[in-house]
Amino acid sequence: MDFLISWWEFAASRVDQIQSGLAEHAIYVVTVLSIASIVAISLGILTRRNPLARELSLAVTSVFLTIPSLALFTIFIPFVGLGFAPSFIALFLYSLLPILRNTIAGLDGIDASVLEAAKGMGLTPGQVLARVQLPLAWPVIIAGIRVSSMLIVGVAAIATLVAGGGLGDFIKSGLARLPLANSLESIWTGTVLCLLLALVIDIALQVARRATISKGIR
Amino acid sequence: MSEPLIRLENVSKSYPGTDAPAVGNLTLDVYEGEVLVLVGPSGCGKSTTLRLINRLIEPTGGRIYLHGEDVTDMDSSKLRRKIGYVIQQVGLFPHRTIAENIATVPKLLGWDKAKTSARVDELLELVSMDPAIYRDRYPKELSGGQAQRVGVARALAADPEVLLMDEPFGAIDPITRDRLQNEFLRLQQDLKKTIVFVTHDIDEAIKMGNRIAILREGSEIAQIDTPEVILSDPADEFVENFLGSGAILKGLTLKKVRDIELHDIPALEMPVMRDEALKVLENSPEKTAVLLDKNHRPLRWISEASLNRTTQPIEKSGKPITIDLQPEDTLQDALGVMLQSSVGMAVVVDRQGKYLGCCSIESLASLIISDSGGQAKS
Repeated sequence: MDFLISWWEFAASRVDQIQSGLAEHAIYVVTVLSIASIVAISLGILTRRNPLARELSLAVTSVFLTIPSLALFTIFIPFVGLGFAPSFIALFLYSLLPILRNTIAGLDGIDASVLEAAKGMGLTPGQVLARVQLPLAWPVIIAGIRVSSMLIVGVAAIATLVAGGGLGDFIKSGLARLPLANSLESIWTGTVLCLLLALVIDIALQVARRATISKGIR
Repeated sequence: MSEPLIRLENVSKSYPGTDAPAVGNLTLDVYEGEVLVLVGPSGCGKSTTLRLINRLIEPTGGRIYLHGEDVTDMDSSKLRRKIGYVIQQVGLFPHRTIAENIATVPKLLGWDKAKTSARVDELLELVSMDPAIYRDRYPKELSGGQAQRVGVARALAADPEVLLMDEPFGAIDPITRDRLQNEFLRLQQDLKKTIVFVTHDIDEAIKMGNRIAILREGSEIAQIDTPEVILSDPADEFVENFLGSGAILKGLTLKKVRDIELHDIPALEMPVMRDEALKVLENSPEKTAVLLDKNHRPLRWISEASLNRTTQPIEKSGKPITIDLQPEDTLQDALGVMLQSSVGMAVVVDRQGKYLGCCSIESLASLIISDSGGQAKS
């Protein structure tokens, strides 16, 4: 109880910091997710047909996900400096695999007869993609985007180590000052806000999912 | 004969790495308004041949003509919009409503909303589905038979001259299949589309086709002719084997009840007195009569014996008539009804259900005999 009160006092006196940390964190998630989705979906569409390209793209994006996150955030510093850029690149590389894999799985899962009929009626390859394949693969793709979003909200806390800001700032400063006053409060602030942000983004994606998936395939 | 609507000229398709071509040097004419059935054993290349026509498979040799125009090098998507295509698995778009599915090609062709919407309703009615109920449903809510009705409606949407059908009724249960085939034949009587129809089922081929092409390996035509000629005069042993036994029975699907002379079994119209009925029965050669209700609809078979056996009122003696035939039914249907009937005959009624006469096994037999006699002479 005492802790909750002191935590509340801590948070209430730092509304500005909390706001900017939250905003920075949210910007990472939104920009990374949108750009990674475009890239990963395109990559999936382009490489799906060619077994070699497909395996290669899956292997490379898997490697990104296996590299320790701390390393991934730091190896780009020599090229792009500190701050937003190296964090953005690291998060972007992290989020590719789930979206790419689900794009390929979603497109592969479409009933061949539907595509045969689409082609047979005179839809061009581009029309088949836009009007049939992507809408039908969309539920699976958006599930991949959700996985990536959860991943990024957590990992984005590391951005603070390369001066990239975000909610990680609270966790880092708390860690550095342990066991001084307000150090635990700071760590909890960063953690809880990350969880809340994750929850809000997940709800937003759920709503988007509901709104964009046809009733016929729900 | 007139200019063919579709002409395949020395068309071939071979895949790299295989010796025998899937389709080798095929020349085939399809005439306006006919149903040409391609039939043959699995793997003979009949589906490949069909898909060569709308160039879902690009030929490796030969030319394809539509209306005398060479379409071998035309933009294949544009070509396909002019040709309806129906496949066994239907392939409706699950994320689109029934109306949107049917409107696919009109939308590609840029029809306006009002025209498209009116056409969708017209087509749904054409395939016996109520637009008010089905327009806004999704494919997952349809049965297999309904889905294929929508599949046919979708293929007809932009009123193409040509329809390609790849085993359209192959995945549907036998009862529904029979109904869909009959409906389709009725539809074709009005629409007069040029149809190429693929099946592996010779019975379906005989029922649906104006002409049948029997194909062997490599899509080589073993025989192409009307079902009547193929049944009575198979070109070689392969065709004979493919037709299987019972070619005469298969021939029964080609003839309609209206083709045979109806047996004149006397009718008793309700209300009728017992001795009056007995008098009629005595004069009937079969000692049988058909009891009709006030509206001339057949009710029961009445025989002299059954009337004498009981003191029951006349409408309770004899055997009930449960199924009847119409003049448009095939003789195969008629045979089935006769075999089920207790008296070895089947009643024939008109569209309103009014009694026309009876057909019997004898009349069927005499038709078959006169037919085969006629062919022996020619």
